[in-house]
Amino acid sequence: MNYQVDSFAVGNRLLEPERRSVQSRTDRANSLTCGHRACRGCGEALGARYAVDAAMRASGGQLIVANATGCLEVFSTPFPESAWRPPWIHSLFGNAPAVASGIAAALKAKGRDDVRVLGQGGDGGTVDIGFGCLSGMFERGDDVLYVCYDNQAYMNTGVQRSGATPAAARTANTKPIGGHQGAEFGQGKDLPRIAMAHEIPYVATATVAEPRDLERKVERAMELRGARYLHVFVPCPLGWGSEPRDTIRVARLAKETGLFPVFEAERGELTGVSKIRRRAPVEEYLRTQQRFAHLFGDPPNRDAIARIQAIADRNIRRYGLLDGARDRASELDSGGGGSKSDAKEEGRP
Amino acid sequence: MEGTARELEVRVHGRGGQGVVTAAELLSIAAFEEGRHAQAFPSFGSERTGAPVVSFCRIADAPIRTHEPIAEPDALIVQDPTLLRGDDVFAGVGPDAYVLVNSGRGFEELGLGELARGFRDERLLAVPASEIARRHLGRPLPNAALLGAFAALTGALRLDSIEAAIRERFPGDGGERNAAAAQECFALAQRRLSEVAHA
Amino acid sequence: MLRQVEGSAAVAETVARCRPEVVCAYPISPQTHIVEGLSDLVRDGTLAPCEYVTVESEFAALSVCIGASAAGARAYTATASQGLLFMAEALYNASGLGLPIVMTVTNRAIGAPINIWNDHSDAMSQRDCGWVQLYAADNQEAVDLHMQAFRIAERLSLPVMVCMDGFVLTHAYERIDVPSAEQVDAFLPPFEPRQVLDPAAPVTIGALVGPEAFAEVRYLSHARQMQALEAIPDVADEFARVFDRPSGGLVHGYRADDAETVVVALGSVLGTIEEAVDAMREEGVRIGALAVKSFRPFPARTVRAALRRAKRVVVLERALAPGAGGVLSSDVRVALKEAPLDVHTVVAGLGGRPIGGESLRRLFADAGAGRLEPLTFLDLDRERVEAELGATALNGGSGTTVGSGA
Repeated sequence: MNYQVDSFAVGNRLLEPERRSVQSRTDRANSLTCGHRACRGCGEALGARYAVDAAMRASGGQLIVANATGCLEVFSTPFPESAWRPPWIHSLFGNAPAVASGIAAALKAKGRDDVRVLGQGGDGGTVDIGFGCLSGMFERGDDVLYVCYDNQAYMNTGVQRSGATPAAARTANTKPIGGHQGAEFGQGKDLPRIAMAHEIPYVATATVAEPRDLERKVERAMELRGARYLHVFVPCPLGWGSEPRDTIRVARLAKETGLFPVFEAERGELTGVSKIRRRAPVEEYLRTQQRFAHLFGDPPNRDAIARIQAIADRNIRRYGLLDGARDRASELDSGGGGSKSDAKEEGRP
Repeated sequence: MEGTARELEVRVHGRGGQGVVTAAELLSIAAFEEGRHAQAFPSFGSERTGAPVVSFCRIADAPIRTHEPIAEPDALIVQDPTLLRGDDVFAGVGPDAYVLVNSGRGFEELGLGELARGFRDERLLAVPASEIARRHLGRPLPNAALLGAFAALTGALRLDSIEAAIRERFPGDGGERNAAAAQECFALAQRRLSEVAHA
Repeated sequence: MLRQVEGSAAVAETVARCRPEVVCAYPISPQTHIVEGLSDLVRDGTLAPCEYVTVESEFAALSVCIGASAAGARAYTATASQGLLFMAEALYNASGLGLPIVMTVTNRAIGAPINIWNDHSDAMSQRDCGWVQLYAADNQEAVDLHMQAFRIAERLSLPVMVCMDGFVLTHAYERIDVPSAEQVDAFLPPFEPRQVLDPAAPVTIGALVGPEAFAEVRYLSHARQMQALEAIPDVADEFARVFDRPSGGLVHGYRADDAETVVVALGSVLGTIEEAVDAMREEGVRIGALAVKSFRPFPARTVRAALRRAKRVVVLERALAPGAGGVLSSDVRVALKEAPLDVHTVVAGLGGRPIGGESLRRLFADAGAGRLEPLTFLDLDRERVEAELGATALNGGSGTTVGSGA
C-alpha cells in the first residue's frame, strides 16, 4: 500500500470524494472556527473540530451542542466572542449530559427528529462531576451523542488529578513527593467500559492521531439513535509537559503501546478493534511527557514502569490489540524491565 | 365577621394500612357532595404499616382558612382499638365530643368505662366495623364502613353522601362493597343509638 | 370546575393544562404526588406532546429543564428541601441564562437533622438565586399561582418558583376550582422564547464573562426582578378578570388598614392568622394581617405602604437565619426604613411544628401589650434547650474528654 496516496491520510485530495475526510472538504462546517484561544498543540481543540464537523455533516447541519465547563468551553467563548458556529450552550460543569438530554427531550416533544444533539466535555466533567448525569442519560437511552475529550486531568483549573488520570502521572495534586510516584496505581475509572456496561447502542474510543478514524466513528454514531458515547484521547501539551508539535505523535504512541485501546462496541459487545500497527514499549510513550519524568531519574523507577507496561499488556490481551503485528517491544533490549519476556508470552499469535 | 364557621372537626386514629387517611378524605368528599366546605389531611410520620396514624377532617359551611392540626376535635374515630392502650388518643377531646370506636366490645369491656362516663351516652358508639367490612370486602378494612356509623352517630353527613364519596373514591365493585358495609354499619349504629336513647 | 381534591393532584392537573413540553421528575417528600400525577397525565395522553423525563437527581432535573427551555420548550419540575439545595448551582444557572422555567417548591425543612415536614428554610436559602418566589396561602392559590407563574416567567424571561407548604397544603384535600383546558389556554399563550438553540439561527448561550462585563449582566438580572414588581400585579389583575377570583399579586392585606398591630407572614399559616385576627377583632383589638405573596422580588414599597398606619409589626417566620435571626423580617425592616414602628420577629413552625390558633392569640396579645422581644421563638421548649446548653458548657469543646467537670 502506498502510504502517501492510498491511505486515509487526512486531507488527502487524491482520494475519491466520498472517501475523503470531512476536514478535507471545502464545505466543512468549521463548527469550532478560528479565533479561539486554545494553547498551541491543544489536542482537545483538534479533536473537537473533527468530531463536531463530522456530526454536522452527518446531521446535515442540524445539530445542537451542549458543552460542559472546561478548557474547550472557556477558550472558545470569551464574551462577547464565540468560536462556535452551530447553536451551542454551556450550562454547568457537571450537567452537560443532562442539558443535552433536555435539548433532546424538547426536540422530541416538538417533533423535530431532524435535529440532533451532541453533548461534550473533558474528562473531569464526564468521568467525575458529570458522571451521575452521564449515567442517567445512558440508562434512559436519551438520543444524545456524548463526546468526552480525555486529557486525563482537570486542565483548565491548573492540572489537577481526575478520575481519568493514569497511574504515576504527575499533576498539581499528585506530585512525586513524599515517597509517592505521582498518581496512585489502582485508581481511576474506565469510562468506555462503564458506558458499555450500560449497553447503549454505541461506544467507541478514538485518538487525535487517527482523525479519519475519529470522523468515521462520529459518522457511525450519528447513524444510530439513542445514547451513544465517544471517548477521545487528546494530549494536552501544557498539562502533560509534552511538545506542542508532538500532540499527534503522543496520541499515536498511546495507542501503539496499548495504553489507550481503540475500539468500538454496540450494546455492550465489542464490535471492532483498531489493531496496534507497530507495538511500542510504554517507556517510549512515557518519555514524551514531563508528567512522567520522575520515573526516569537516576536510577529510573523500573517498578513503576513495569507496572505501567503491565497495564498496557493487559489491554492488549483484553481487547486483542495485536494480530501478528510486528512487536517492537519484543525486539528491544530489556530496558523496559521484563518487557521482553512479557512480550514473548503476550503478543504472539 | 365571625371566625371560620368551624362546624365539625373530626380526628381519625388508626394504624398505617387501615385507610385512616382515606377515611378523612372520604368525609371531606361527602361534605363536598352536600355543597359544604371540607378539609382533610393526615399527620405525617414515617410511612410504614402498623405505625399509628392520625388524620383530620374539618367540615364547615364557610371557607376553611386554617390548615393546622385539630387540637380539640368535636368527633373522634378510632379505627384500631389497640391504640386505646398506649397513645393519648383522647387528647383535647371535650365532654361533648362524639366518640366512635371500631370494636365488637363495649366501652366497659375495652377498659374505657371510667373515661366513657365523662362523655354523653348518646355520643358514644362502638361498632364491629372490621367484622362487617370482612363480610363485604373479604378483608377487615374498616375505614369506609365506620363512616356509615359516623353518619348515624353525628348526623353531620347523610349516608347517601358517604356512599357517593365511597363510590367516587373506589370505582367499580370495590366501591359497591364498601358502600354496602357502610350501610350495614349505619343501620347497626342507628339500632344501638336508639337502644341507648330508650335505656 | 369545583372539586374536592388533594392539593398536589390539583397542581398536577393545572400544570398539565399549562402545556409543558418537558417535565422532569425526581421524587422527594412531599412533592411526590405532583410528579406522580403528571406522570399519569402524560401516560394517558392527556398531556401531550410532553416528554416526561425521570432523572437521576434534582441537579439533573433542573439541568434537563435548562436544556429543554434553551431549546424552546416550556419546562417544569418540582422539588423541596434537600433537592432544592442539590440543584442550587443550576438555580443560579437558569436565572443567569434567563430561562423561564417554572418549578414548584413544596416547602420543607433542611437537615441536618433530617426533617421532612414544612417550613420555609428551603426556598429562603435560595432567595438570592435570581428566581421569582411566589407563596401560596392555600391550595386554590397554589393552583392559580402556577398558571400565573408561566405567564410571569415567559414575560420576563426569568424562572419562577411557586412555593406551597409541604404536607400542609400538598397533602390536604380541599375544595378547589381546578381550571379547564379552555380556561388555561385562554390565559396562557404558547411559549415564545427570547432566544433559542436553533440550527436555523445559531446562538452561543453561556459564554465566559469577565470583569469587564459581568457587573452589567448581573445588574440586568436585578433590573428584571424589579420589572417583576410590575409584571406580577399585572398578571394577577388579568387572572382576576379571566377567572373571577383574586389570587397572587405582591401582597394581600387582611383587616390591616386600620390595624395597630399587623402580622406579616408567608404561606399557609396566614389562614390561622386570619382566624386569630377575627377572634381578636371580636374583642376589640385592632389587629390585621399582611400576606406577602411575592417574596422575590421583595415588594418593599408595597409593604411599606401597607404598614404605614400600624404601630407595631409582628413578622411570623417559618425560617431562621442562625446567628442573625429572621429572614423575612430583614426584608421587612429594610422596607420600613426609619418608620417609627416596632418590628418583632417570631420564629415559628420550624420543621413542621404546628402553629396553633391559641398560641397565636397569646402571642398577638403579648405584642399588643408590648411584652414581645425583638426575636421570639414560638412554643420553644426552653427547659430543654437550656439543659442542653448547660450540658455543653460543662463539657466544653466538642467532645466529652477535656474539661468535663463533675
